[in-house]
Amino acid sequence: MATLLRADPTFYASPRLAMQAPPETVAYVIIVNPGNGPDGLAVVDADRSSKTYGTVVGSLATTHSGDELHHFGWNACSSSLCPYAAHPHVERRYLLAPGIRSSRIYVIDTKPDPRSPRIVKTIEPEEVVNRAGYSRPHTSHCGPDGIYVSALGSPTGDGPGGIFIIDHDTFEVRGRWELDRGPQYLAYDFWWHLGYDTMITSEWGTPKMIEDGVNPDILLKGGYGHQLHIWDLPKRRHRQVIDLGAEQQMVLELRPAHDPSKAYGFVGVVTSLKDLSASVWAWHKDGDTWKARKVIEIPAEPADPEQLPPLLKGFKAVPPLVSDINLSLDDRFLYVSCWGTGEFLQYDVSDPFSPKKTGSVHLGGIVRRAAHPTSGPLNGGPQMVEVSRDGKRVYVSNGLYKAWDDQFYPDGLKGWVAKLDAGENGGFELDRKFFVQSDQRFHQVHLEGGDASSDSYCFA
Amino acid sequence: MTAWWPWDVLIILGAYHGLNPGMGWLFAVARGLQERSRAAVWQSFLPIAIGHEAAIAVVVILVAVAQFLIAPEALRITGAVVLFGFALYRLWRRTAHPRGFGMRIGLRGLFGWSFLMSSAHGAGLMLVPILLRLSSTGSGNQDMALIAYSASFSPWQGLAAATLHTVALLIVMGLVAIVVYERFGVAFLRRAWFNVDLLWTVTLLGAGLITLFS
Repeated sequence: MATLLRADPTFYASPRLAMQAPPETVAYVIIVNPGNGPDGLAVVDADRSSKTYGTVVGSLATTHSGDELHHFGWNACSSSLCPYAAHPHVERRYLLAPGIRSSRIYVIDTKPDPRSPRIVKTIEPEEVVNRAGYSRPHTSHCGPDGIYVSALGSPTGDGPGGIFIIDHDTFEVRGRWELDRGPQYLAYDFWWHLGYDTMITSEWGTPKMIEDGVNPDILLKGGYGHQLHIWDLPKRRHRQVIDLGAEQQMVLELRPAHDPSKAYGFVGVVTSLKDLSASVWAWHKDGDTWKARKVIEIPAEPADPEQLPPLLKGFKAVPPLVSDINLSLDDRFLYVSCWGTGEFLQYDVSDPFSPKKTGSVHLGGIVRRAAHPTSGPLNGGPQMVEVSRDGKRVYVSNGLYKAWDDQFYPDGLKGWVAKLDAGENGGFELDRKFFVQSDQRFHQVHLEGGDASSDSYCFA
Repeated sequence: MTAWWPWDVLIILGAYHGLNPGMGWLFAVARGLQERSRAAVWQSFLPIAIGHEAAIAVVVILVAVAQFLIAPEALRITGAVVLFGFALYRLWRRTAHPRGFGMRIGLRGLFGWSFLMSSAHGAGLMLVPILLRLSSTGSGNQDMALIAYSASFSPWQGLAAATLHTVALLIVMGLVAIVVYERFGVAFLRRAWFNVDLLWTVTLLGAGLITLFS
């Protein structure tokens, strides 16, 4: 009710203004149960002045087993200030956490006590299937006119995947977003350039192509996603395909420039069939069409087959496997996770077409198993990245997706969340006081009040 | 009560719409920031104002026609019921907003957006008590009596009412947008965006009461 009369103070008109936001005091982290029990949400103390800093101070367990919670997002954010659909008197309060296997979506209330979140509504899989015709929900973004959620596929486990809308007041599934999907079939992530009325979507695979682990037959034939799709956001129509080439397998996280007047962004490609390298591509608007080109290439590292899981033995190399990237709110620093080699990279992307490497740290890795300054050898690798609004703190967790975790880290991935402090002009270092470890697995991290992947803005 | 009081109220309501960020000036500022162009701010004003005027004209025409078909007493009560019903709907769906628009809808899109926003806001409905008031004062005005029926307002009065209201909106919207774009920026929105829509809804309820008991 605090926002009945005034706009939610966590809504900022522009990314530049949001950078002045106060530091987060808690971080929310998705817990994935490696066995068959319920998943959950961990609340990690992120207040440096607190005695419990860097530890789990609250948690929540879901009401079902086997959901596989994955990504999650807020009910409302800064896009509520967008002038064409302004409704700033809603509260940033609820986290929507979809189960990527069950298609069940939990609505989690973070108030009144941000450290004691609780489930207030469950959207059952049938509602998603019946109203939207989709299943396996993935990314959730609070849009100017509703909550947008991407889904990997159809209820049968095939394609097409796409996007559906959830009402931000009632949390009811309103229906499928696309009016005309054109040739789009595979789905994964999505985001937008609100200043250009443009949506971008990326491609992973249908549920059948991913749920039993990465399928080498599909992979070697170039069968996983390798395209970007450009859409007219208000008209809900497909406009253009950008094909990165069939050898570019699995085009995942999309990070458009936060400044709505800039028409470019970055996307990570997990692996190239040519040489197992990973890459980051920059897309940009050129007249009436959108184009993309490779701006970062990270090579595979040669390795002794003895140290490699069965899937990789034949290649005698560790692929970097870029699984997530994230862009600071000033559009200046791009963070790149190499989940295979266990490397976490920072690039200065002030010029988006010629990134400069400004930081590197190793944690885990298929062969390297690099330790944190406060730990023994680690498995998993840097994966989901989150950047604080002021750009000074970077959080990274190591879980990818259960079936794939087990393929690449067959010894049993153990969860961790690390934090890095970023320098004003580049470079970063691990925070010795912040390292959470668990027998559970951790996936996406979101920060109190918003972060670099939660909000979008209509004002430059 | 003197014959001019409804005109006062028309100007105040127009100015109120002009102040509301959700009704126009904020869109004009956003367009300017996006294009980094002062002209984009200025170009937005007229389509927004015309859309607003059109939304009001619809209600003016409806009331003008209705006053020939329905007895004044019944018209007054119908107007009050519609105002009440609309206000209650707005209380129920407090955070409702249009869909299908975007930042690049162009000037024609801005007109359509403003027409829809103003209609959904009940901007025209709010004029119902005033139009009915004009009906009763019009009969006492010698000049107007020549062209108006005894218990109705003339088309010219209706047009003048809508235009006066819209000009007030245009001036205030323009001033706020220019001052925000040129000087203050949008940082204050976070703290200062008072829920003017809620106040507006309460005003609609008040207008319903006035209509019922006038």
